[in-house]
Amino acid sequence: MLKIRIKRQMQTPQGKQCLDLDLNIEQGELVSIFGESGAGKTSLLRILAGLTVPEEGLIEVCGEVWFDSHKKINLPVQERRVGFVFQEGSLFPHMTVRENLEYACCDKNGLESVEGWIVDLGLKGLADQKPDQISGGQKQRVALIRALLSRPKLLLLDEPLSDLDFVSRLKLQDEIIKIYQKTGITTILVSHDLSEVFKLSKKTFVMDHGKIIKSGTPQEIFVNRDLSGKFRFTGEIIEIYKDGVLNILTLNIANQLTKVVATDDEITGLTVGSKVIVAAKAFNPLVLKA
Amino acid sequence: MQPLILTFQLALIVTAILFVIGVPLAYWIAFSQNRFKYIVETLVSMPLVLPPTVIGFYLLIAFSPQFFLGHFLESFFGIRVVFSFIGLVIGSVIFSLPFMVNPIKAGFQNFPIALLEASYCLGKSRHETLRRVIMPGIKPALLTGIVMAFAHTIGEFGVVLMIGGNIPGETRLASIAIYDQVEALNYNTAGLYALVLVAISFSILLVFYYLNRKIVKIF
Repeated sequence: MLKIRIKRQMQTPQGKQCLDLDLNIEQGELVSIFGESGAGKTSLLRILAGLTVPEEGLIEVCGEVWFDSHKKINLPVQERRVGFVFQEGSLFPHMTVRENLEYACCDKNGLESVEGWIVDLGLKGLADQKPDQISGGQKQRVALIRALLSRPKLLLLDEPLSDLDFVSRLKLQDEIIKIYQKTGITTILVSHDLSEVFKLSKKTFVMDHGKIIKSGTPQEIFVNRDLSGKFRFTGEIIEIYKDGVLNILTLNIANQLTKVVATDDEITGLTVGSKVIVAAKAFNPLVLKA
Repeated sequence: MQPLILTFQLALIVTAILFVIGVPLAYWIAFSQNRFKYIVETLVSMPLVLPPTVIGFYLLIAFSPQFFLGHFLESFFGIRVVFSFIGLVIGSVIFSLPFMVNPIKAGFQNFPIALLEASYCLGKSRHETLRRVIMPGIKPALLTGIVMAFAHTIGEFGVVLMIGGNIPGETRLASIAIYDQVEALNYNTAGLYALVLVAISFSILLVFYYLNRKIVKIF
């Protein structure tokens, strides 16, 4: 169990705000933290890693106290054993892919597993390349494995997919699921991409202005309960265009692109990137084996 | 030839000492949260603004046997700093300190914090991070510090003349020898010293800028 009760003043572009959090995360869970920029998501991860010190509070991981302001305990970042994947990857530019992975290993077994990971991730031809010679998606895959090779107790993913193109993002999402299933490591994913939250996590905490405002499954939080549709999906608008008198919306629903027709009233206030719920209640959809 | 050999011996020793002192000092200035570190920064940069003769004068006074430090060193360790090669080394280390420390400090300060944090999160100590992540990442800054300190030591005149004097084979460096030969109206010898000094300095800087370009390309 991960217990987090922390308080810290933060300076944000909108002015000063207080990060005031109280949450528990079960061991072996993959949870997501959802929220707009400046909500305090990254600050939470940095505090957990020991890179930022809260003013007061308690952080306890599997019974081990990492931070306790009353007892003046603050475990150094090196001793917390946290795997942190940053938004921009942070691979060491003077090391090759292999050297980056080997640097993270803390024992002989780790070093021996490096080659296996390189093959697993399809990076064999790139193992001796420097980070600036590989793509953004490949960089993040290396960063993810590098974080795991340090044998962390906790994996922190700070929007690791946000700078990637759509295809690389989907690929790396699958990679994260695979790694999570293989290792069972407690993972906290920060994201402001709704489809990512739905795909990767079973539990989500929604943050706003430094506080948790909602928690639960992504379905409970994001899908409007008042709707009583036969089916409903959450998606993101990729494209809006007019075809004669109709508006055609191209939607990304769980990584499948779908076109739907909408009236002028329905698209009022909607732009590309808006999150929408698509629901139908007047008919039964066909369910066919794919 | 002797003044030239002595000059390069001095430059090598001073650069080696400055590298050993300069890296930790620059690291401390770059990363320390100490609110008084600006005092240390000011002291390190003093040789940039003071006339060399002022530093030479204070060193001469401090290390002269009539004063405590000079007296102590001479009576307890038998070391005479003034008008000796050791005096040249001490004077040159102090005088060239900013040329080593400032470029390396800038290298540390410009090094991406995210890479340091990534290394710490992988469980690596500050020392290991410095050795394996930061130092290879600031090679151009290290090279600049080394070359600047070396070149500056070769070009010294005021400090070394004040503390070292002009003793042949011990403290007569190339720059002092040139002055000496001009005073004695031996323009040919002075010209030869000057030419060799120009050629070697030019070669060192040429190699430095060539290497620096290559290193910058790698990063």
